[in-house]
Amino acid sequence: MLKDITIGQYYPAESPIHRLDPRVKIVATMIFIVSLFVAEGWAGYLISAFFLGMCILLSKVPFGYIVKGLKAIVILLCITMFFNMVFTPGDPLVQFWRITITVQGVRMAVKMGVRLIFLIIGSSLMTLTTTPNQLTNAIERLLKPLGFIIPVHEIAMMMSIALRFIPILMEETDKIMKAQMARGADFESGNLVKKVRSMVPLLVPLFISAFRRANDLAMAMEARCYHGGKGRTQMKPLVYRWPDYAAYAAVWGYLGVCIAVRIVL
Amino acid sequence: MSIELKNVTYAYGTESAYETVALAGISLKIPDGQFVGIIGHTGSGKSTLVQHFNGLMRPTRGQVLFDGEDIWAEGYDLKHLRSQVGLVFQYPEHQLFETDVLSDVCFGPKNLGFSQEECEELALDALRQVGLKEKYYKLSPFELSGGQKRRVAIAGVLAMNPKMLVLDEPTAGLDPKGRDDILDKIKELHETRGISIAIVSHSMEDMAKYVERIVVMNHGHMPFDGTPREVFSHYRKLEKIGLAAPQITYIMHVLAEKGMAVSTDATTVEEAKESILKALGH
Repeated sequence: MLKDITIGQYYPAESPIHRLDPRVKIVATMIFIVSLFVAEGWAGYLISAFFLGMCILLSKVPFGYIVKGLKAIVILLCITMFFNMVFTPGDPLVQFWRITITVQGVRMAVKMGVRLIFLIIGSSLMTLTTTPNQLTNAIERLLKPLGFIIPVHEIAMMMSIALRFIPILMEETDKIMKAQMARGADFESGNLVKKVRSMVPLLVPLFISAFRRANDLAMAMEARCYHGGKGRTQMKPLVYRWPDYAAYAAVWGYLGVCIAVRIVL
Repeated sequence: MSIELKNVTYAYGTESAYETVALAGISLKIPDGQFVGIIGHTGSGKSTLVQHFNGLMRPTRGQVLFDGEDIWAEGYDLKHLRSQVGLVFQYPEHQLFETDVLSDVCFGPKNLGFSQEECEELALDALRQVGLKEKYYKLSPFELSGGQKRRVAIAGVLAMNPKMLVLDEPTAGLDPKGRDDILDKIKELHETRGISIAIVSHSMEDMAKYVERIVVMNHGHMPFDGTPREVFSHYRKLEKIGLAAPQITYIMHVLAEKGMAVSTDATTVEEAKESILKALGH
């Protein structure tokens, strides 16, 4: 069930995109998202599609694998498109009962749909090509200037620990579920109330185990003299190399083209 | 009651390119009332194997038969099977969740549809049989010691009155005394209830002392299956797959090499003692 969600999962491969500095990838993703809202009309979307297509090609992540991640947002996509179609005023196209679909509405819905799909593909491409550790590392570095207001290092540490614990807790859930099933527990049948109640034998042990693990981890970190971010250096500090500068140039250039197209057309 | 695996293969990740075979064509029959030990190093497939016994895992290929019936046939009652084949997982105390010991042990029978009184009766029976004192029954399971928690968890499975009890490393993480206590209780259950027991373990000494048959697992295959004496006679081959015979077996082999007339197939200290005394002419 949870296996199908590819958003936020790392896809290991040897590619120029995988090798890029994670900071570049985060900034590029943000620029790409901005560009989607700059783009107007089909020309703009074609440019975005071309740019995205090139990135996917370079990343060596199978296209089918990325599309699988879209499954998770199909419902959101449908709702968005439906409301855009129905609530945009303009020339009526189809009319039945109290619902009026307008020409402008359809146009808007398609636009929003394309934007959303590009947005999801773009951001999942980032997470597919970057390990969670690299990501938090990059966020820590990017937010460093804000260090005097927020504890950047601590937040990044919490994020990486949380990400690290997801597979462990999934495994644990599976184990506890099986153990309770061996005692005749039934997690599938029954109505909603019964289903929620049947979760108690699963959730209580899961919470206890999560707390126990957190406690152990805290102890292990203390034993290795962890004391937060102050004065802490990294074993592999992030350093920009020439492909990173080239990528920055490409992505800013792409945004420039998007803006130019918007102004010219 | 008997459980039979016919040519069972289990593979992880069959859809993706990285298929890993955890069980490769295992055929095994455990008849009624047998005390079986399953040994193998980490990742040898022994935990996967025992989860096939009560239908928690579905074989990729092959059949699992319980009393001659295919458990994966259409309409087979898996819940009933799980009450007949009780499976105690590794670190079973991690599955406790109720507010007091007695209610936790009642969870199994309650799922099988017994009334409150029947549940409590079954639970009390089970708790008595694992040797937990009555003063603990109303306490929270989280107030107990590690060994006591484990007894509660085993009682939780036992309360369903299974015809077969499967325990995945029941002694992991216990001190020597706790370990012996649990194993003695399991042996007692085997004798008083007459149920078959399958126990997964690393300890060759425990195996030699308690079980009547040993099944050795290695990389999803089953290289040895026989009485402890038979299996431990292959001690050189066992070493090759990362296991070993009981230490006493090694001593007996060395004594025999040095020219003492002892029997090399002794697997427990008692047997060894007799054999040595005999060789010394006492």
